[in-house]
Amino acid sequence: MSVVLADLAYWQETTIRLVVGLIAVLLPAGTLVYLFLFKMMSFMQSRLGPMEAGPYGSLQLLAEVGKFLQKEDIVPQAADRLIFKLAPFVVLISTFLLILVIPAGPDLWFIDVDTGIFLGLAVSSISVIGILMAGWASSSKYSLLGALRATGQLIAYELPMVLAVVGVIIQAGTLNVQEIVMAQATGEIFGFGGIGNPYVITQFVGFLIFLIAVQAELTQPPFDMPVAESELVTGYLTEYSGLRFLMFFIGEFATAAIFSALAATLFLGGWYVPGLEATDNLFNVIGPIILLGKMLLVAFFIFWFRFTYPRFREDQLQQLAWKVLIPLSLVNIVITGVLKVVF
Amino acid sequence: MSVYAEMVGLDPLTSGEVVVAQNIAFGLIAVIMLFSALRMVTTRNVVHAALYLVIVLAGSAAIFILLGAEFVGVTQVLVYIGAIVVLFLFGIMLTRGALGVDEEEKGEQRLMSCLVAGLLAIVTAGALINTFSDAELTRSSPSTTATVGDSIFSQFIIPFEAISVLLLAALIGAIVVARKD
Repeated sequence: MSVVLADLAYWQETTIRLVVGLIAVLLPAGTLVYLFLFKMMSFMQSRLGPMEAGPYGSLQLLAEVGKFLQKEDIVPQAADRLIFKLAPFVVLISTFLLILVIPAGPDLWFIDVDTGIFLGLAVSSISVIGILMAGWASSSKYSLLGALRATGQLIAYELPMVLAVVGVIIQAGTLNVQEIVMAQATGEIFGFGGIGNPYVITQFVGFLIFLIAVQAELTQPPFDMPVAESELVTGYLTEYSGLRFLMFFIGEFATAAIFSALAATLFLGGWYVPGLEATDNLFNVIGPIILLGKMLLVAFFIFWFRFTYPRFREDQLQQLAWKVLIPLSLVNIVITGVLKVVF
Repeated sequence: MSVYAEMVGLDPLTSGEVVVAQNIAFGLIAVIMLFSALRMVTTRNVVHAALYLVIVLAGSAAIFILLGAEFVGVTQVLVYIGAIVVLFLFGIMLTRGALGVDEEEKGEQRLMSCLVAGLLAIVTAGALINTFSDAELTRSSPSTTATVGDSIFSQFIIPFEAISVLLLAALIGAIVVARKD
């Protein structure tokens, strides 16, 4: 975006960033909901899923949005009104800030900052505050318990997530996401540079830890204790309806899409495909499509797990994070560091 | 460097010009921070207080970024907002889930806390004025993460190690407190 934007006034540039950012959040989120939640889950359960709205049910999403917009925006009588109403915005803000760090081409980026991925991980942790606000302000036992479970889970799984990314950072030698993509594009595997060096090969352990942590951060099955419908109705979402529920829903799937894109960027080479020079101008056109393809591949695995496995118990969930994933990711960091110095 | 700086042909942090936008931003952030800090200590609702603290901490992160200390600003968000305030809120909600004003707090410690806070303010202000009274903010270029890392692991290695040991001691202490036997 830098090339295009250099000649524009600040307000024009900001408007373009806002519009593109909105599209970059909403389009992948919608794609995930239709492709995986509506269709893939249905096929795995031997049914067709939505078929009526539009050809092959493709307009079902618009119908759902229309339905939610018509619903009454109910605030419980005992709720803390202001915080109850602000909570979904905090979650959405975290999601929208997270998209900023992902580049979609050599010149296609929102912000090209030095701290890059570190900034992304920092803003992704803001959503926890939104969830806590929602759970507490609802003034409902189910909501509060859901929020507390969600917080315990998000804190526990944020650590392995950050530590898994550290391996990539050590190998790339930079926090800047664009430079991480470049390092993968121009990297070599034992002197062979034909396919670059996607870090999924050398950081496979980190990739697995990152995917598991993403699954938990999204509070999806098998890590859906916070919204366990058989115990807590829907956890911190229980009291929400209409537009505000829709915002949480969009936030959940947009975050799923962005985390998938982040995994694709950090481990699968981002917008780069082998065969072209990494600085080729063509990537400014096909980069977003390549990134979307890789994102869908990662998201496919995430949702495959979601639809397949039963729910973890709370203690199993915490044990997996603290006793397995964190030590494993620390070992990964040590080995990566040693190998980085040796080679 | 920002696109804005490229356009007008000067880097807002290195050039000698006073950048109006930066000053306005600082003023706005400072007003919001002051208001939130006041509300944080005056509100009777302890969850509201924690949420006001989030705004104050976000403001200080914004000021770090205004000063070109990008890494410190982001760390402020990750550590203070993303972890410490979340743990505050978690602890508050776990121990006193009820909504609304906490009437039990009659404020026996109010005098003492006012005293400590006042003393701290005087000492900090005195130290700052004593050190920086006639110093001007040098317009250095934004510090990169690499330079921050270099200075931590060379010039400031001993304070860094000391903090590491302190944190380790705190961790062990937490385990000792939590142990049942």
